[in-house]
Amino acid sequence: MIVNEQIAIDHGLKKDEYKKICDLLKRIPNITELGIFSAMWNEHCSYKSSRLHLKNLPTKGKNVIQGPGENAGVVDIGDDDAIVFKIESHNHPSFIEPYQGAATGVGGIMRDVFTMGARPIANLNSIHFGSPQHKKTKNLLRGVVHGIGGYGNCMGVPTIAGQTSFDESYNGNILVNAMTLGLVKKNKIFYSKAAGLEKPVIYVGSKTGRDGIHGASMASAIFDDKIEEKKPTVQVGDPFTEKLLLEACLELMAGDSIIAIQDMGAAGLTSSSIEMASKGKLGIEINLNKVPCRETNMTPYEIMLSESQERMLIILENGKENLAKKIFDKWNLDFAVIGKTTNNKKIELFFDKKKVADIPIDTLVENSPMYDRKWKKCKLPKKIKIKKEDFKNLKIINILNKILSSPNICSKEWIWQQYDHTVMGDTIQKPGGDSGVVRVHGTNKAVAASVDSSAVYCWAHPLSGGKQIVCESWRNLIAVGAKPIAITNCLNFGSPENEENMGEFVECVQGLGEASSYLDFPVVSGNVSFYNQTKNIGIKPTPAIGGVGLIKDYKKMVTMSLKQSDNILLVVGKTEGDLNQSLFLRDILNEKNGPPPEINLFNEKNNGETILKLIDKKLIKSSHDVSLGGIIIALSKMCIKGKKGATLKKPNYLMNEFEYLFSEDQGRYIIEIEKINLKNVTEILEKNSVHYDELGTVNENELIINNKSKVTIDELIKSHTNWLNNYMSK
Amino acid sequence: MNSSVITFPGSNCDRDMDVALKKFGFKNKMVWHNDVELPKSELVVLPGGFSYGDYLRCGSMASKSRIMKSVINFAKSGGKIMGICNGFQILVETGLLPGVLLRNKYLEFICKNVFVKVNNKNNPYFKDIKKDTLELHIAHNEGNYFCSKEQIKEINNNNQIALYYSDKDGKINENTNPNGSIKNIAGVFNKEKNVLGMMPHPERMIDPDLSGEDGSIFFKNLINNLK
Repeated sequence: MIVNEQIAIDHGLKKDEYKKICDLLKRIPNITELGIFSAMWNEHCSYKSSRLHLKNLPTKGKNVIQGPGENAGVVDIGDDDAIVFKIESHNHPSFIEPYQGAATGVGGIMRDVFTMGARPIANLNSIHFGSPQHKKTKNLLRGVVHGIGGYGNCMGVPTIAGQTSFDESYNGNILVNAMTLGLVKKNKIFYSKAAGLEKPVIYVGSKTGRDGIHGASMASAIFDDKIEEKKPTVQVGDPFTEKLLLEACLELMAGDSIIAIQDMGAAGLTSSSIEMASKGKLGIEINLNKVPCRETNMTPYEIMLSESQERMLIILENGKENLAKKIFDKWNLDFAVIGKTTNNKKIELFFDKKKVADIPIDTLVENSPMYDRKWKKCKLPKKIKIKKEDFKNLKIINILNKILSSPNICSKEWIWQQYDHTVMGDTIQKPGGDSGVVRVHGTNKAVAASVDSSAVYCWAHPLSGGKQIVCESWRNLIAVGAKPIAITNCLNFGSPENEENMGEFVECVQGLGEASSYLDFPVVSGNVSFYNQTKNIGIKPTPAIGGVGLIKDYKKMVTMSLKQSDNILLVVGKTEGDLNQSLFLRDILNEKNGPPPEINLFNEKNNGETILKLIDKKLIKSSHDVSLGGIIIALSKMCIKGKKGATLKKPNYLMNEFEYLFSEDQGRYIIEIEKINLKNVTEILEKNSVHYDELGTVNENELIINNKSKVTIDELIKSHTNWLNNYMSK
Repeated sequence: MNSSVITFPGSNCDRDMDVALKKFGFKNKMVWHNDVELPKSELVVLPGGFSYGDYLRCGSMASKSRIMKSVINFAKSGGKIMGICNGFQILVETGLLPGVLLRNKYLEFICKNVFVKVNNKNNPYFKDIKKDTLELHIAHNEGNYFCSKEQIKEINNNNQIALYYSDKDGKINENTNPNGSIKNIAGVFNKEKNVLGMMPHPERMIDPDLSGEDGSIFFKNLINNLK
């Protein structure tokens, strides 16, 4: 087949990109080469629309061992231990085939982590679906949850936290973001940078099949009515093989045979071989006849573009082939020497003794396109003034029950009960809390992780929204007593070719960068997912942030369940009573406009650090950050978790109680303390200039807001747990 | 006290079991599925996981693996064998234990704490346990125990039912049945009571910071009884 412009366009390349390829090669590429270019130059692999903006993110810090650019980020947690972590999207495949899409998303991210030498110790996920009324939502939700569970459970890695939301903007384009944390010794971290000439290039893992060909290009395309036809581009996962691959790789990594290692993820053998060579400023030569294939008569084009799962590429020290092969034989995995490193900085492929591709690596990587896309700035919307009469006839308890049972607030136990969250025997905080927490096996340390996103805030004002999620991630870690270390981000947006969507991306990233830089909470890894849109409607901008923090002494970890009657409840942080973009305003008064809550980074940092001091002094019995739904929802969840009630004090604030209880002002926590410690705690808060209100006291079984408004905890539990169970069993 | 934990390809609770056994005083060895002989042991444990991926009936591939010949001989000579979760599935596939484990009634994986009522304390696994119910943890997709009417009669007559899913007071009914198991059965013995299979994971409940501590009661008791 002779390549022409139309074939290039069918591969997702633009006209001028095709021209650039011909110019760089000084000839017309053959079909295999075109396939390789299209895989390397698509949005998913090249970050061509996002690179320019991502480079402004803060990526350094005193605990950062490895920032973006590797398979995953790495942070130092002391005593020679390090945590490797990353979040990644698998949105498009999950919409087309929810079980396999989600499963291979989880498999892919775990591979990114153990490629670096780390044993995965925790999984998290952030999943977003269309309106519950939409005809596809239920099946997509079920398929995705089964897929995540199917893969993670089989691997024996606990899924410790997550986030699920419903919004009609995901009707035609769901989001599935998976995150993994792994544990590694600092001197045993493996990288993907090739080094040395004539070193053997090894292929290990599953055989290569025809599944997933062009997966990365599909992930960079806009959905239309024919999306079902793309099913063959979704990869099929085999968690059992991945479990074997994990054990075999870790066994090989215990020695000193490996120079570089890279998993075959998006764009399979193409991107893994090219990235390793590119990082090492070397060339690579591969004999495609040596690649273990699952199907007969696979062409070089298919072999290079297959996204079959559970495969790795390794560059070994000379002479270590037999030793390595023994290990992979033991685990019943394919092992093949398929090529070698060279010094000509080219990728050269051979098949049936003919050279089938010959491309200078810099044309694929450094010279890949980079775009400064046009983008539109988003103005801060005007504040919505709520009239007094709007509050009339509203009954607090009714509203409370309604919000607690709403799809985005209700208990997600139906979901996380399907994930093994206790395997490995170190999960000390299960899903449903502010963060999931796992012990660092055999030590007194624990690692906390949380995944967050606030699409509604980002949609209302991307700059504020971007800041807010970083703050929320930070708060979720603080609330369990963890010192925040670093974040990973999964940036889910519409088309970068649309100025508004691009503007959302640019400003969210800007907000995200500002907050993470101020909080010293750097970005160490991440992923961008554009083209989350169906026809010309993009999703709400949904950057998801995965935060990781350290608890030095896990005995000091705090949970959100109320502990003891008569203990005192404080709201830490100032409540302004601004209802704009709150759940109350959007869902109860049906007002969707207005700006998201303001972010004050100074208060955020100061309040958080002070809470950590209090936790360190063991003065806090339970704590929870105040987020969606405001104080009353946060408090209700603490009641539900602890099966205790609370009696609120008579208000002494200058706003009405709806504003006080339902506003979503940022930088706030509810903490439970013992009476005898009240003075001590308030002194510390005052000394650190942290605002607090006394909210009330803990009681046995009733939430008492005032004489007229009270509700039993049993009723709150019902409201909170019934919705999702009923929805899924119908 | 020597114990062995068998690792099959796809086992994933083998380390957790190793940690638990060692914590309560066992000298534990890990045994690879492809080995021929068992090391000298007073207890052999088949751990949880997804042996060989469980793409066929759960446990069926593992029941045919090389080490299982020795394991079966060990059982026949009266050796103590305990199968947890996937280990239970493997034991029923070998025929050492009666019945089968089907997919959970609601076709979903379940991970949560449950209470089990100890039905038979006249054996080395549960002898001297003071509590009548234990809080343990389940995490499985195929834990729905089933057997024929005749078999139920037989295992009942032989006192082979080890554990029932119950509430914390030991009440056994539909509401306390997490997976559809016949008669709420959570664990069974062979006739001789030297082989035990159960779906719940005691090894995940060995520390107050984890899901609970009733697993500690189980292991402490077990090592004492085997002495």
